[in-house]
Amino acid sequence: MARGPKDVTPEFTEEYARWRRKLAEHERKHPPNRKRFSTWSDMEVPLICTPEEIKDFDYLRDLGFPGEFPYTRGVQTNMYRGKMWTMRQFSGFGTAEDTNARYKMLLRGGQHGLSVAFHMPTLMGYDSDSPESKGEVGKCGVAVDTLADMETLFDGIPLDEITTSMTINSPAPILLAMYVAVAEKQGVPREKIRGTLQNDILKEYIAQKEWIYPPKPSMRLVADTLEFCTKELPNWNTISISGYHIREAGATAAQELAFTIADGIAYVQAGLERGLDVDDFAPRLSYFWDVHSDFFEEVAKFRAGRRMWARIMRDRFKAKSPRSWMLRTHAQTAGVSLTAQQPLNNISRVTLQALAAVLGGTNSLHTNSMDETLALPTEQAVMVALRTQQIIAEESGAANVVDPLGGSYFVEWLTNKIEKEACRYIHKIDEFGGMLASIEKGFPQAEIANAAYHFQRQIETKQKVMVGVNKYESKEKDLPIDVLCIDKTAEERQKNRIADVKRRRDSGRAGSALAGLKKAAQGKENMMPHILECVRSYCTVQEICDVLRGVFGVYRDPGMY
Amino acid sequence: MCSEGFSGYIEIRECIEMPQKKTAPRKTSGTKPAKKSGAMVSAPARKVRVLIAKPGLDGHDRGAKVIARALMEAGFEVIYTGLHQTPEMIISAAIEEDVHVVGLSILSGAHNALVPEIIEGIRKSGGDDTLFLVGGIIPDDDIPSLRKLGVHMVFTPGASIESVVAYIRKNVKTRTLS
Repeated sequence: MARGPKDVTPEFTEEYARWRRKLAEHERKHPPNRKRFSTWSDMEVPLICTPEEIKDFDYLRDLGFPGEFPYTRGVQTNMYRGKMWTMRQFSGFGTAEDTNARYKMLLRGGQHGLSVAFHMPTLMGYDSDSPESKGEVGKCGVAVDTLADMETLFDGIPLDEITTSMTINSPAPILLAMYVAVAEKQGVPREKIRGTLQNDILKEYIAQKEWIYPPKPSMRLVADTLEFCTKELPNWNTISISGYHIREAGATAAQELAFTIADGIAYVQAGLERGLDVDDFAPRLSYFWDVHSDFFEEVAKFRAGRRMWARIMRDRFKAKSPRSWMLRTHAQTAGVSLTAQQPLNNISRVTLQALAAVLGGTNSLHTNSMDETLALPTEQAVMVALRTQQIIAEESGAANVVDPLGGSYFVEWLTNKIEKEACRYIHKIDEFGGMLASIEKGFPQAEIANAAYHFQRQIETKQKVMVGVNKYESKEKDLPIDVLCIDKTAEERQKNRIADVKRRRDSGRAGSALAGLKKAAQGKENMMPHILECVRSYCTVQEICDVLRGVFGVYRDPGMY
Repeated sequence: MCSEGFSGYIEIRECIEMPQKKTAPRKTSGTKPAKKSGAMVSAPARKVRVLIAKPGLDGHDRGAKVIARALMEAGFEVIYTGLHQTPEMIISAAIEEDVHVVGLSILSGAHNALVPEIIEGIRKSGGDDTLFLVGGIIPDDDIPSLRKLGVHMVFTPGASIESVVAYIRKNVKTRTLS
């Protein structure tokens, strides 16, 4: 079989050796400004890549064509010419009315789809009037306690015309049920609603830490939604397998790939254990990557991820449908890379990161706003972030050609290198007995904590430079930028709203819905129909979660560092 | 980063709490705080004890964990509460562990609601000379009011580990060390 570029001839090898000698001579006079050059994830990179460094490269095997196995070059045949990536800004704050107004502004501004940020109490399964929610109502996202809030959130937004992504994990089945119930009220049939549920509980234990129940019953809830969606919501993405939070917690690019794909493997196994056919549910699994600051490392990561998933799905899980092989992904620029110092610089960071995601072939993108390290973004900052995507799409030319960096000696070398490192981790996780067992051993958590600490040390010792943080700091106070203040009345308004809903609902129906859910949770049946009934009877998020807490128990942070 | 040579797993099966009969599951106290101390200091009796705590629902613990490890390496004895602690849990951990320094890490915007209760509780329970530090996303405008409430120092993004270590060394009430 023909392997590798034919460029590695004896003549090439001789020439390369000659140039290397010349380089050594040159560097005696002009030494490199650092001892070691590495990516943001601290993967060492060579000065130059040539045919020699990728001599095993095989175009058809390693890249293929866009829209074809192994999808290294992208999942769509003509990529952005045929379908521009979805511009989807994650947003939510205050009450449902506040956020509804922001959504309408974003849709008027040319955004394609919605992405709901829920506030901490909803994410953790508490109501706004719970003692645990003190000070958190509407702060990091929108307060949703009952179906009434969800109705307000999507008021005047027809659910058959937009796609909605919901970042929700432990209470994911509840919020999904609310969305389905809102669609019912709007008269939109189930097969017409399109969107994504994050529903990725494994990465909560690994990185984001928004868990409620222990891992095993949590996986049962994931499998319940997977089964429900596969049968009832054909156009819904059931799990958004997320590397974003893993990376933000401090993982390297290769760890992000490995831990996320290992989570994906666990979800596929969970679906198979439910008796579902892999080709019936795998096409609705999607991914969510972080886009960090090292431009080429990110491009390589996106490409390596698609190739890995395609091979895993075809060879390991024997999926037959090409749609099961495709790693479709959303991406978000790295929140952790934003700096509170000299915040306007964040616009430049986000632009470079967004360009990397596009050149990496993302299918959907959120660009962070420059002020997000200080508070939730202002309208002006969100608009700049959205316009950044539009400038890349319309002005930069990056969307004209499929995978324009494909074939670069360096990008192919780095793609291989990251893939190899990620595969090594996946092998190790397999040895532990899969991701659930690895989490129980604290393996990914420890690896991420180590990487985060290593990175912080590199910042402290200036081995890695963050502009405005450990180099080029301003002596004067930073230019002031406006910061969004959450209306202090949100908490009060929301508490009144819950009281009002509880007063008006049919309490007998709500009570028997909760009792029905409890019985289902104690048994083995799918809990989704019962959760739907709870939601339709205006049970609160916490009432539903408390039933499940009572049956499943709760999970506590091991507190390792 | 290399994946070889990692150590110190905690079996998380210990972290599952089943509800007691009739009591609400989350009323029970949190996991026993993880305690580690640096090997560099030879006189453990004189070690400064630091509690790093994560109040509220905020799950951002990257900074808290990095600081906990760095303080340990700097020779302090560090107790990390883990996530999702109520003010009462933090107050009782501070008292039971008899710490000199309490570092609260908050990135969710809930600082104004959570910090006063914790400081007041610790002071009332005898921790009068505790050094209170807050780290995280704290808007400049909120810093003066936090200082007035008794927070000795607020460390915002960009603060170096070194500056935190130096601040503690300089300001911790050494008379409480025995």
